[in-house]
Amino acid sequence: MCLAVPGRIIDVGDDRGTRMATVDFGGVRKEICLAYLPDVGIGDHVIVHVGFAISKIDEASALETLAMFDELGLLDEGLP
Amino acid sequence: MKYLDEFNDPVVARQLFAEIERITTRPWAIMEVCGGQTHSIIRNGIDQLLPENIELIHGPGCPVCVTPVGMIDKALDIASQPGVIFCSFGDMLRVPGTSRDLFHVKSEGGDVRVVYSPLDAVKLAEDHPDRQVVFFAIGFETTAPANAMAVHQARQRGLTNFSVLVSHVLVPPAIEAIAGSPATRVDGFLAAGHVCSVMGTWQYGPLVERHRVPIVVTGFEPLDVLDGIRRVIAQLESGTAALENAYARVVTDAGNVAAQQMVDDVFEVCDRRWRGIGEIPLSGWRLSARYGDFDAETRFDVGAIDSSESALCRSGEVLQGLIKPHECAAFGVECTPRRPLGATMVSGEGACAAYHQYRGLDVIRPTAVSGPRGDDD
Repeated sequence: MCLAVPGRIIDVGDDRGTRMATVDFGGVRKEICLAYLPDVGIGDHVIVHVGFAISKIDEASALETLAMFDELGLLDEGLP
Repeated sequence: MKYLDEFNDPVVARQLFAEIERITTRPWAIMEVCGGQTHSIIRNGIDQLLPENIELIHGPGCPVCVTPVGMIDKALDIASQPGVIFCSFGDMLRVPGTSRDLFHVKSEGGDVRVVYSPLDAVKLAEDHPDRQVVFFAIGFETTAPANAMAVHQARQRGLTNFSVLVSHVLVPPAIEAIAGSPATRVDGFLAAGHVCSVMGTWQYGPLVERHRVPIVVTGFEPLDVLDGIRRVIAQLESGTAALENAYARVVTDAGNVAAQQMVDDVFEVCDRRWRGIGEIPLSGWRLSARYGDFDAETRFDVGAIDSSESALCRSGEVLQGLIKPHECAAFGVECTPRRPLGATMVSGEGACAAYHQYRGLDVIRPTAVSGPRGDDD
């Protein structure tokens, strides 16, 4: 139920005053409601749940986490 | 797919397993609250690759599983009424009520439809002004903004033939109930990342303080889950208890404020009964008085229904982390995904369904070396 998947916004539109987007999920495209993310636009990655974008994926945080994983690997290899 | 592949990297996963092994000196029990995380753990075999003294306890974070049988019976009653189009997320259709499920109602001619989004149900109400369209609004905080928007749009569009059967549940009161129980074995929690993407992390600080228990907001990909586990163990080993966010690419401290405002407008907090667990104070949402005219429970006089659950099913103990799914005698025998006795065997987030799908005969008959997995007949 709380399953939510990342996708990329490829188009933005409007349905009777509600901001909508076409979101691409690795080839599958769906109409998604953007009412809760007023600041996102084309090219942004968002987390989508039951037809709603609920969170913008923060690229800097993602890279930071991956860099931290990298450091853990180096640390582990450096152990005697 | 970006933001999926990077967090599924097996090389990094091995590094995280090695790090967890390195820092673990004592046995610890960690509860992943969300059923989505349970499925990630079982599908990827994470529990089997962790050090032996780390136990993962599967939490109650599956809204389909905790929807009380009385509420399912109300749904069945409403869906059976002439002129009703009953809309639901797909998971709910096979959940057993006292004597049948929504598929049964559909097979008897009821107009039961699966929708992807609650807005699809609003659209159906617009397209069928002569019918009553009822949406089964279940879910945790992740789903509430979508369900709230459906009600809000129906009001905006003047739809008098749309209503919702609400059975919303909340995560923090469930953690409170588990952490505060004298019987609890849980040393630390992985909090549900997508719930926090809506609500933020601020609700969890007081729980950490009150129960001196580490809580790490955690995502769903294998590396996310492993990092959450690593961080909880690091805290436990150093004797600290803090709130950490291991899913910062998606979760902010404040959460999605616009979504929270809509939910606050449409819903209000109420006591809620959880299937298999019982009543937890202030653990759910119902429609606020302002939107009371969209309540299907009052629109359709469902009245008192005598509800009862399977005497064989031990899903309540599974949901509380007291037993593992295969420790129930009915698992894989009387209870299968095709003929489930409890909702935990139905849902894509239920622990019993995860064990049956990914472990299948290995756990039903541990001596079986090979054979077809996961099928149930």
